[in-house]
Amino acid sequence: MSTPLLEVDDLSVEYVTEARTVRAVDRVTFSIAEREVFGLAGESGCGKSTIANAILRLLRDPAVIAGGSIRFAGTDVLALSPDELRDFRWRQVAMVFQSAMNSLNPVMTIGDQIADIYTTHERVSKKTAMVRAGELLDLVGIPRDRLRSYPHQLSGGMRQRVVIAMATALRPPLLIMDEPTTALDVVVQQEIMAQIKDLQQELGFAILFITHDISLMVELSDRMAIMYAGRFVETAPAKEIFDAPRHPYTRALMNAFPPMAGPRTRLQGLGEGVRFRDIPDLEAVTPNHWVAPSTDDNLITEAIS
Amino acid sequence: MTDHDTPVLSTRGLQKTFTIGGSFSRTQVRALGGVDLDIAHGEIVALVGESGSGKSTLARCIARLEQPSEGTFLFEGEDIMATSKRRATRKYRAAVQMIFQDPFGSLNPVHRIGHFLERPLRIHGAASGRAALEQAKRRLMAKVGLPDEMLERYPHELSGGQRQRIAIARALAVNPRLLLADEPTSMLDVSVRIGVLNLMRNLCEEQGISMLYITHDLASARYLADRIVVMFAGEFVEGGDAMELLAQPAHPYTRLLISAVPDPKRTAPFDPVERAQLRRQVLHPTECPWSGKAAESCSAEKPVFHRLSEKPEHWVRCGLYAPPADAPGTALEPAADDQENDAA
Repeated sequence: MSTPLLEVDDLSVEYVTEARTVRAVDRVTFSIAEREVFGLAGESGCGKSTIANAILRLLRDPAVIAGGSIRFAGTDVLALSPDELRDFRWRQVAMVFQSAMNSLNPVMTIGDQIADIYTTHERVSKKTAMVRAGELLDLVGIPRDRLRSYPHQLSGGMRQRVVIAMATALRPPLLIMDEPTTALDVVVQQEIMAQIKDLQQELGFAILFITHDISLMVELSDRMAIMYAGRFVETAPAKEIFDAPRHPYTRALMNAFPPMAGPRTRLQGLGEGVRFRDIPDLEAVTPNHWVAPSTDDNLITEAIS
Repeated sequence: MTDHDTPVLSTRGLQKTFTIGGSFSRTQVRALGGVDLDIAHGEIVALVGESGSGKSTLARCIARLEQPSEGTFLFEGEDIMATSKRRATRKYRAAVQMIFQDPFGSLNPVHRIGHFLERPLRIHGAASGRAALEQAKRRLMAKVGLPDEMLERYPHELSGGQRQRIAIARALAVNPRLLLADEPTSMLDVSVRIGVLNLMRNLCEEQGISMLYITHDLASARYLADRIVVMFAGEFVEGGDAMELLAQPAHPYTRLLISAVPDPKRTAPFDPVERAQLRRQVLHPTECPWSGKAAESCSAEKPVFHRLSEKPEHWVRCGLYAPPADAPGTALEPAADDQENDAA
């Protein structure tokens, strides 16, 4: 097997304050192959975004990488110098944030903002940059005359398309998408997802896709991981997790989305106050399906004293 | 006692117009354009639509947090707007309770949990005397599945799901007959959502409380509600029995919404050409594809609602006189529509 595009090995991230240290990501290991869509699911605060920020070295105080390694196409990301980082971000790995559509500069036209990428990173003339900016808009189905528009003149969905287009501008082999559709309306959300899928097939980048919406993730991802309190509890091909979730937490997450067809049956979510603790390392059930063993010992119902 | 055949709530032609802008550029924004809604005793009605479609405005009008611009509504047969013109009576406020989306913002952080339950009990005279109050509080906590000890805690010590349960307990304290739940689970962590939905369903069944469940999540509406009403640009476009409506959606907007629900079981990806067509039908209707019982002729002021089936109930608004697509908050902008046509 060839080297995977991204290898995260035994990564731990801690938030260190004077009062206490919180381990947000705890010994997490995974890899993403070229052209693969890898989904990372879990609820708010479980450490999904912290992983994304760690890969791009965007963590700031008080967050520190407490252990482990991140390798991108064989290079040690944690050892990059500031200059190398500048090149690594956007050219190698680009990120689309949840509130990305609000991250556009309100006083610059869309065209100027996109052209900026080319003049800065590829040192081309302003004129060439604008032409390429137009090509980029074509890619996500936005008319070229929008180059002269300001962000507030576009709808939320269009702005999100622009941001996604900008992320692909330098054809990075890996895109990190952190809840790219959460802030959008349902109808628009599905369209953006379709757009991402089309782009991925056309340009062939790999995606690390982060969301709490599992059904969305199953549709898009090849392989996915379920995260709980900084630990991975299950990783497998997306279809397999959907059809046969093994960890009780995964099952609870699957249950949280009632089906759109078939008879109406009663679902059971995770009980109020139910917590998992001391989650062990993943073990292989099949070559591709890894689960953290779960016993009554690490499942606790929080007693309220 | 109230007659069980009269609906708990019955609105007729409810309208709400907001005026925006300063003294130089005043514009009228129509948030609700004449809405007729009946909710029966013990019934759960889901109101679905994208954000900005007027769902919350309708709930706020019913709760009398907003004054409707026009129209009437009856609560248990009583014309509420006539009997109390400006603001709701205390009796009405006890009968209609609201559960909000954000359990982090709806509980005052300086008070203990017990306080939130005690206040409505006292104000509405549901319990008096120390012992009776204590007992009533404990009973409420048991109803929503939380331990008594939590009464002594502060909101920040509770999780989102627990806080939303407290908000439900607070609403129950005054024996309401109608709950208005505005996206009650959308800010909760996914793993506890189903638990809160189950709780609300149980309460409605056990105590015969009616509920208007506002959501943009069709899957949860299907899970919880008896009946679904679809709202677009401030008006109802389709409604009926929950299972029937989702199995045989008639209105293009409903079909667009359904196509937007991520469903891993769907085998083929949703066809973009078909979606573009649906958009066009919503935004620029040219004909009314439905036939059926139409009591009077159709006009822009008074569009006909076609009855597609009697039992299970299912109706759809005339396709020709669709709500204006340029209403605020409509995410279906024509621009995106045209591009998709080009792409297709």
